[in-house]
Amino acid sequence: MLGEGIIKGMVETAKNFVGSYVDDERLTTVQYPEERIPPKEAARNFPFLVFDGDDPMAGLRCVACLICEKECPPQCIYIVKDTAKKPDHTGKMQFQPKVFDIDISVCMSCQICVEVCPFEAIKMDTEFELSNTDRFGGLLFDKHKLAKSNEHYRKIHPTEAAEVDARLAAEKAKAEAKAKADAEAKTKAVAAKSAPAPLTA
Amino acid sequence: MPPKNFELLPKAGAEGDFLEVAMGPQHPSTHGVFRMDVVLDGERVVKLKPVFGYLHRNHEKIAENTTYLGSMPYTDRLDYFCSMTNNWAYALSIEKLAGLAVPERAEYIRVITGELTRLLNHSCLIGFLLQDMGALGTPVMYAFREREKILDLFESLSGSRMMCNYMRFGGCRCDLPAGWIEEAKQVADNFPRFLDEFEKLLCENEILMARTQGVGVLPKELAINAGVTGPMLRASGVNYDIRKVDKYGIYDRFQFRVPLGDHGDTYDRFMIRVLEMHESAKILQQALKDIPSGPIIDPKAKLRGFRPKAGEAYGRIEAPKGELGFYVISDGSPNPYRYRVRPPSLINLTILEDMCLGNMVADVVVILGSVDIVLGEVDR
Repeated sequence: MLGEGIIKGMVETAKNFVGSYVDDERLTTVQYPEERIPPKEAARNFPFLVFDGDDPMAGLRCVACLICEKECPPQCIYIVKDTAKKPDHTGKMQFQPKVFDIDISVCMSCQICVEVCPFEAIKMDTEFELSNTDRFGGLLFDKHKLAKSNEHYRKIHPTEAAEVDARLAAEKAKAEAKAKADAEAKTKAVAAKSAPAPLTA
Repeated sequence: MPPKNFELLPKAGAEGDFLEVAMGPQHPSTHGVFRMDVVLDGERVVKLKPVFGYLHRNHEKIAENTTYLGSMPYTDRLDYFCSMTNNWAYALSIEKLAGLAVPERAEYIRVITGELTRLLNHSCLIGFLLQDMGALGTPVMYAFREREKILDLFESLSGSRMMCNYMRFGGCRCDLPAGWIEEAKQVADNFPRFLDEFEKLLCENEILMARTQGVGVLPKELAINAGVTGPMLRASGVNYDIRKVDKYGIYDRFQFRVPLGDHGDTYDRFMIRVLEMHESAKILQQALKDIPSGPIIDPKAKLRGFRPKAGEAYGRIEAPKGELGFYVISDGSPNPYRYRVRPPSLINLTILEDMCLGNMVADVVVILGSVDIVLGEVDR
């Protein structure tokens, strides 16, 4: 019968229409910005620089090795390395970035900077409300604006942050054990050198 | 005055018999930077010239000037509906070039994400096709409802909904998060129900049949000679599916059928996609059932300083739109010496004139809709 297909289709639409009032699985409208869907744990938007301790600038994990700048596909990272080492939050002398800027109007959120960073210094944020009225300077984030604490990283990506913390702790423990062993070996060598030579008959 | 853009016009009886119309890029059916210069005799198409525009880049030259890994996120932007399959095709070509082996679990993940992409692409294509036909809203909304569920899966896996940048040379970037397989199983199990609903809504609709049957016929020989691939070729009755012909990845392990059309018209192209979605759901169910545990990336694969030996490779897959291939030449440096993409949308569009000649101008929109284009692939 001509028109039967159209009627069948309309019945289907009517079922969907009525079902949307009773079915829990129906797509609901979220009243943004008052209501928000919680972000997925893996969600990524723009990069940020992780710092440890209380002072964002002294605690930056970044040592300005320039790997992320070289690997960034859209070339949106600009780094100038400080010429002299400075103490970090633990007092250890480290190279630090004098300038670390990311042009977020160019960044394509690919996460490659995060993957290539050997120091766990750059991570992806979930912040997405970054619009501002200054379309030039306002979209070029400097290291002060990019610095976010490790607590923030733990909050937005808990599983990943726990893995990173464990890895860094293991590396630190290994380095300390090596330093201790080196120091002991050095002491033994000094002691052996300063000990009186055995008497010969 | 005869239209100036066309050298060979059919003989005009008198001046002013033909009307040259530029459809697009502002026309809603052209979806972006594409234009068709159409010459009309009354409402009938006597000539059509597709004019490809520029979207935002030249992907191939960018890739030649960036590292191998750096090109991966750019492949996402080629066809922004199918970033997972684009990643896969590129990764496959580099794996051939560098001799990398993909672990079993990563192969399963690739099949699962690839077939989810096919479901996403085909359901949206049908929505857009119907929208081009004048069905404002309902089919595309139904398609987007299902797409949301797949995009949620992609987001929890890769961190991004559309630009996934998930695959890596020799495997995948990260493992599946906890509970992901169960969620994917739910999507795969519910998808046939959605397809039944879609079929009831559309497949027997008399208006749809009247607008698509016998419209934009692409004969088998012409399709083969033009290099058309994917659902468009299979709608013309040619049994050619790279998943069966080339058996890349682990496709030889799954039971699925390759649906074929009889007439090569717009209705066949629409129906082939519906049937392919049924098959994709079957593949998904099999892959999700059998996925093993284990590593997800070849330990030989490097992220930083990746330099394959000098040589060349062509990796190709059955992307939702057709054969997507990446041809790469390496000279041993960190960048490809030559990088060339074989995008299905571009190749499939080249035959548009032959499909449209003799049809009405209103049919041009429907025929273009059935080709399934994303202009990111066409831009070069």
